[in-house]
Amino acid sequence: MYYIDPHIHMVSRVTDDYETLAKMGCVAMSEPAFWAGFDRGSVDGFRDYFRQLTQFEQKRAGWYHLQHFTWMCINAKEAENVKLSREVIAMIPEFLDQPGVLGIGEIGLNKNTKNESIIFLEHLDLAAKYKEQILIHTPHLEDKYKGTRMIVDMLCDDRRLDHRRVLVDHVEEHTIRLVLEEGFWAGMTLYPTSKCTPDRAVDMIELYGPERLMVNSAGDWGPSKPTAVPDFIMAMRRRGHPESLIRKIVYDNPVEFFSQSRNFNFTPPDAEVATREA
Amino acid sequence: MPRPLPAEQTLNREFLEIRAKILELAASLDRLDRGDGNVADDPRMRLVRGGLQILTADADADRAEQLQLLFSQPYEETWRKKFEI
Ligand SMILES: [Zn+2]
Repeated sequence: MYYIDPHIHMVSRVTDDYETLAKMGCVAMSEPAFWAGFDRGSVDGFRDYFRQLTQFEQKRAGWYHLQHFTWMCINAKEAENVKLSREVIAMIPEFLDQPGVLGIGEIGLNKNTKNESIIFLEHLDLAAKYKEQILIHTPHLEDKYKGTRMIVDMLCDDRRLDHRRVLVDHVEEHTIRLVLEEGFWAGMTLYPTSKCTPDRAVDMIELYGPERLMVNSAGDWGPSKPTAVPDFIMAMRRRGHPESLIRKIVYDNPVEFFSQSRNFNFTPPDAEVATREA
Repeated sequence: MPRPLPAEQTLNREFLEIRAKILELAASLDRLDRGDGNVADDPRMRLVRGGLQILTADADADRAEQLQLLFSQPYEETWRKKFEI
């Protein structure tokens, strides 16, 4: 089955992972900007990172006929440095018209602090001014519930934002309802050490239905599994769910959500074959 | 809404897994008892005990969601005021 991974950090993966993903049916991925494992020292450090995201990763993905899309921001961990964050936010528009840039993300909260909230709001303002889509990181473990509610508060306060153009990621059993009820999209992250397992993700599909829901691997430089979405596909099959439902979650939904971005120039895999045969 | 498997099929599929998970839990608790020192008053143990209670709750209790909330920091309605934003 073809699928799209809507949240994966390919800069931290080797080229072999692109090949493996392609062999497992992945046809496209979206890569939000995130923390590099260390705090970057200057706005130029971010500019180079954004060049890597918008130029080199597309090329590496292309070697295996994968389509790579990306999102721009300064992540919540580095948002504690308010001065640097503002410099990065001022620089982001340089990249918003680059091919494959889908919007602002992954912004959000990490430890639910005041500075994180200030920089989150300034990112929302940027997204509203440039009419960009938004991809949101919610905190982990004991901070998730509180942080997700704070994020939803801030999103709902800003009347300029269209909730159907916002994806709130890393939802779990205690946060999924409040995200979907407000009309946002929700992403479930399958991650080995924290977050959700394939079977729990299937549970949430059974409880809330497939509308505005996606699954992702959030593969990065930590212990993570870039092929987690195929694990989810297998769990859905083993629990008797039809292929059409699985396809909706792993392919149709990401296409529907991303299609609201002007830079989502996606070629469906079937179209690619048809063009070659014509 | 997508339908879950019939309960009996789920039990057939998951019985050994459930058994293994309960055993893991029991062995962890035994390990805590065997070690030197006493952690009974550690706030994390209060959470563990609360979690075990949720597991044995009645049906339709949304146990997974309740467990998640047990292990979560509380949300405060007035957080914006505190942060002056
Ligand atoms: Zn991420």
